[in-house]
Amino acid sequence: MDIITTEHLTKSYGRNRGISDLNLSVREGEFYGFIGPNGAGKSTTIRLLLGLIHPTSGKASIMNMDVQKNKREILENTGYIPSEAMFYSGTTVSEILNLSAKLRRKNCREESRRLCERLQLDPGQKTDELSLGNRKKVSIVSALQHSPKLYIFDEPTSGLDPLIQKEFFEILKERRAGGATIFLSSHILSEVQRYCSRAAVIREGRLIACGDIADLARTNARRVTLALPDSTLFLKQLREQAEQTGGHKGVHRGPEIRDLKIEGSSVSFLYQGDMKELVEFLTQIAFTDITITEPDLNEIFMHFYE
Amino acid sequence: MTLLKFEMKRNRTSLAVWAAAIALLLMICLIIFPDMKDQVNELNAAFSSMGGFTQAFGMDRLNFGELMGFYGLECGNILGIGGAFFAAYIGITALADEEKNHTAEYLFTHPVSRSRIVFEKLLRILLQIFILNAVCILTALIVTAAIGEKFQMNEFLLLHLAYLLLQTEIAAVCFCISAFLRKSGIGIGLGLAAFLYFLNIIANITEDAEWLKYITPFGYAEAADILTNAEISPAPAAVGCAVTAAGIAAAFFKYCRKDIY
Repeated sequence: MDIITTEHLTKSYGRNRGISDLNLSVREGEFYGFIGPNGAGKSTTIRLLLGLIHPTSGKASIMNMDVQKNKREILENTGYIPSEAMFYSGTTVSEILNLSAKLRRKNCREESRRLCERLQLDPGQKTDELSLGNRKKVSIVSALQHSPKLYIFDEPTSGLDPLIQKEFFEILKERRAGGATIFLSSHILSEVQRYCSRAAVIREGRLIACGDIADLARTNARRVTLALPDSTLFLKQLREQAEQTGGHKGVHRGPEIRDLKIEGSSVSFLYQGDMKELVEFLTQIAFTDITITEPDLNEIFMHFYE
Repeated sequence: MTLLKFEMKRNRTSLAVWAAAIALLLMICLIIFPDMKDQVNELNAAFSSMGGFTQAFGMDRLNFGELMGFYGLECGNILGIGGAFFAAYIGITALADEEKNHTAEYLFTHPVSRSRIVFEKLLRILLQIFILNAVCILTALIVTAAIGEKFQMNEFLLLHLAYLLLQTEIAAVCFCISAFLRKSGIGIGLGLAAFLYFLNIIANITEDAEWLKYITPFGYAEAADILTNAEISPAPAAVGCAVTAAGIAAAFFKYCRKDIY
């Protein structure tokens, strides 16, 4: 069963881009990644899902309920971590957590205490004195303490140290094992690769890819690193090769060579295409050493960002 | 009423400071009244010979030698201006501050309807105005008893009812403006309160501008009129109540449909 569905969801801001014709479906119990560069429309999508803003057209539903009409019922079973966690000045962490619990009409004292302990958060601290990481922790506890069915996170780990990040994902794994669904918007692709089962990629307000992480990451591209006595000569040969095949920088008539990096005598690039052509090309190169590896998710997804 | 309680607690220091400042000024004014009374002839002569200013502040119709006249003029101005600024401040910050301080994403992602949030915020504003006025009334009564004087209770209560209506109207208008804002509107709120105060002064000086009394709430809260006629001018007060209701309705209408960032 789908827990989040959007149909042709569009939000326009006049000349500024919002999101356009977004069709998403997140299944119940999934750990779903939502990836895209800054300004792609990730936060706009999340705000639409939470009913903070109204769509220009299209619709979104959560738990088979319209996000505009059934906002209250949806939010009762949703926990949200914003990318920028801010709280009322002159209050303490425990006051913020209590307010959150009371607004949900739930007694979350025990769970709140447990989460604060695991995330090393002092409930007595003043919100005005919180660091970015600690503000994020308050947001996490506030989103998790009522044990909702659905978690919507917008860059939840920014500002958290690696140990707390690990603990946070441990908690999420436990919640997921209990049947919860997690919708995670993140810049950190390794995070998405490690924890999410499916993901969607958004760029310039449009969905450009979605599916299983394994499928999205499946590629025949290889990272080729060469140690060269003369990188100038190699670059000339590379240009000639590109002209012959017409495949340099995304023209898809032949092999694609992208993300070229030159560091001293070492040249590295991503190659996507016929491996035989690569080997033939390499026979013409006077390299002293070579490594060919599978690219990581960051490298695969980078072209979505460009 | 979770949000109401939370906001009352969070804003208690600000309310205490405003209430203490206004009540302290009232107290000082009332304490010096017995000395002023002894110089009543000179004071009345001085105040009645100040040309336009005499009319502007209603000093041509108030007797400084009587407690109610003195209270209406001196204390009325303190509570009138101080209370109006306070009402403008709490009204204009009530809704706009959620987006300005980026707390909206926290508050509005809880299972509480927007209309409920607006309602509880409005209730907090009204309750704070009520507390401020109650503190001022009690202070005035206690100090008056201490200096051995007595108010004409009917006029005293009418005067304070008028100030309560005035502050509610200014708070409602600012609350409405706040629903449209995403940034701080403190300047707009305080500026509006000052502008309305000066409109009443203009209305007092020139007969041609008397219609301004229907626009500014200071018109129906004019101490000289209330003490002279033993009533709050019904027509301007009715306009004021209508403006209050319209401001509140517009705030609800706008905020429940607004995109919140």
